[in-house]
Amino acid sequence: MRRNGYVYLAFAALSLYLLLQSCQGEEAIRKAQYTANGQKLYTSHCQNCHGAKGEGLGALYPPLTDSSYLHEHRDQLACFIKHGLSGPIEVGGKAFNGEMPAMPQLTPIEIAYILTYIGNTFGNTEGFYSQEEVQQALKMCENTAR
Amino acid sequence: MQKTHFIAGLFGLAMAFSSGCSGSGTEKLPILGSREPVEKEVDGKIVTDTIYHQIPDFQLLNQDSVRISSQLFDNSVYIADFFFTSCPSICPIMQRNLLEVYNEYKGDPRVKFLSHSLDFKHDSPAVLKAYAQKLGVTNDQWQFVTGTKAEIYGLADSYMVYAKEDSNVPGGFDHSGYFLLVDKDKHIRGAYDGTDKAQVELLRSDLEILLKANE
Repeated sequence: MRRNGYVYLAFAALSLYLLLQSCQGEEAIRKAQYTANGQKLYTSHCQNCHGAKGEGLGALYPPLTDSSYLHEHRDQLACFIKHGLSGPIEVGGKAFNGEMPAMPQLTPIEIAYILTYIGNTFGNTEGFYSQEEVQQALKMCENTAR
Repeated sequence: MQKTHFIAGLFGLAMAFSSGCSGSGTEKLPILGSREPVEKEVDGKIVTDTIYHQIPDFQLLNQDSVRISSQLFDNSVYIADFFFTSCPSICPIMQRNLLEVYNEYKGDPRVKFLSHSLDFKHDSPAVLKAYAQKLGVTNDQWQFVTGTKAEIYGLADSYMVYAKEDSNVPGGFDHSGYFLLVDKDKHIRGAYDGTDKAQVELLRSDLEILLKANE
């Protein structure tokens, strides 16, 4: 009886462990997928100005290496990409006042790919951006803008 | 025994190096563009000479609202390109690459840089000045110029750069991203894709060849 109890406990612990592992595994796989897709989109839509290493260019285009900026503006980044950005901002301790063009053709899933790539490259550790998170973020700015 | 072999080997290596170096010193860049034969009379004999394609004289407004002329480049070699400040496509890559070359030769009076804006409506001297400063250009070794549409697009032809207003491309101007290496006599000595790192490397080494030839 007591022995069975131990076996059950061990089995329960093992299945819980496996379940957690597989969840993490799935998330990691999704993140890797999104990052790979995001890299392609980054190359064609972002890299010209922001650079292959996210280094930006002088005071013209801000770098994408300021992790705290990305973290603080996490829920606005989708809007920046889709609707563009203008006016003064401060990134990495430097002032920028240019104009980032809008990319209305990008779908929420594509924006999620791009953000997952940027958020987990160039020294950033923002984790995974889901399509739902992007849709939610876009709703916020599209409500205030229109 | 072994030691002498080693020394002999070293000597051979040194010879190979020195001859290799002197070989590269005599390298010569071609003169690009159309060429025309002309017949001249020299000492009573008819000889055929070649007239090479040359960048014509120009006067353009720079980032300080100063009218500069082609004479500014008479005593230096220069690298020319065509861009516009609001260009979202190839220009940022080009100017990022050219900035690296500029930083390498900053303060060297033998080398100058000349960027022509294709956006004659929007890129006023003030806009060009702000762009140059933000890019990180801190002296007048790199000139940013504007002019009338006829002046700029005419020069683009002379530099053999494709440039056209086109509302269908991002930014409104379609153009090729070439860097042109121009010598003291305004002859084009090389054309390099400014968006391609390997081509920019080639520009660097060709520039050195040209500077050596001028010594």
